[in-house]
Amino acid sequence: MYSFDESDLAIMRCTQKGLPLVPEPYRHIAQQLGLTAEQVMKRMVLMQTYGVIRRIGVIPNHYELGYRFNGMTVWDIPDEMIDELGQKIGQLDFVSHCYHRPRHRPEWPYNLFAMVHGKSRHDVDRQIQKISNILGNANGGSEVLYSTRILKKTGFRSR
Amino acid sequence: MDDIDRHIINSLQEGFPVCDRPYQGVAFKLGLTESELIDRIQILLDNGTLTRFGPLYNAELMGGAFTLAAVSAPQDQFERIAGIINAFPEVAHNYARDHRLNMWFVIATETPAQIQHTLMAIEQQTGLAVYNMPKINEYFVGLKLEA
Repeated sequence: MYSFDESDLAIMRCTQKGLPLVPEPYRHIAQQLGLTAEQVMKRMVLMQTYGVIRRIGVIPNHYELGYRFNGMTVWDIPDEMIDELGQKIGQLDFVSHCYHRPRHRPEWPYNLFAMVHGKSRHDVDRQIQKISNILGNANGGSEVLYSTRILKKTGFRSR
Repeated sequence: MDDIDRHIINSLQEGFPVCDRPYQGVAFKLGLTESELIDRIQILLDNGTLTRFGPLYNAELMGGAFTLAAVSAPQDQFERIAGIINAFPEVAHNYARDHRLNMWFVIATETPAQIQHTLMAIEQQTGLAVYNMPKINEYFVGLKLEA
């Protein structure tokens, strides 16, 4: 079982802005923290194994890659079917986030959220159709909320 | 952005190794030198094609608390409401969306109690009902966008 180590927090703080762009990035982190490169690599592998680090890699700017249509699709699914169907929708390659969230009836009957991304409205329409086909009769209604503007975007702060 | 950049972006969305010289190995697979790869990643970050390169933490497992919340801001007060909400340091993201619920934001705090406190403070300062939609279950997070 993963148990939190003080060095994990230090590594997290040290990499909050990203991985150093130097030939030996893990040694670079280690030097700043007074650890060895081996210790840093061991903890980072462990954090990946237990999902504390989801992955090491890049996050592209959707807009820069031409994915200008970013829709939050929301669906009204019977509660007893949501886990099974949520798993299926989450596996679709164009879905970036898929969650079960609470309804607020009557204004908000939707409990399944799936974020989709396309280069055109048409792309997104096709993606929504695919989701709709999978949900079938379980789909009690849906909407798509397109983002029209980013009002604020910051990195998450750590403690 | 050229084809080499596209290969780099696609490759680095799959993951990045933990070893002594990780750039060297990745560069070799892409037909680049270590320094070429490092320089190109730097440029893609500087020009905004990439928003981040590095470990992506699951902050919840680090002990944080999160929620997604929404309000319905009257059109003539939209900017004022956005200003109030954005002024909270606990609000990490805020998006305008084309719906009656037209402002959607993520709150990140150290404890669940602070989430409730922030939601109440936003209700008080905006005079709007805040719809709190914390995640009940997560089915997937991650995405590969073909560059």
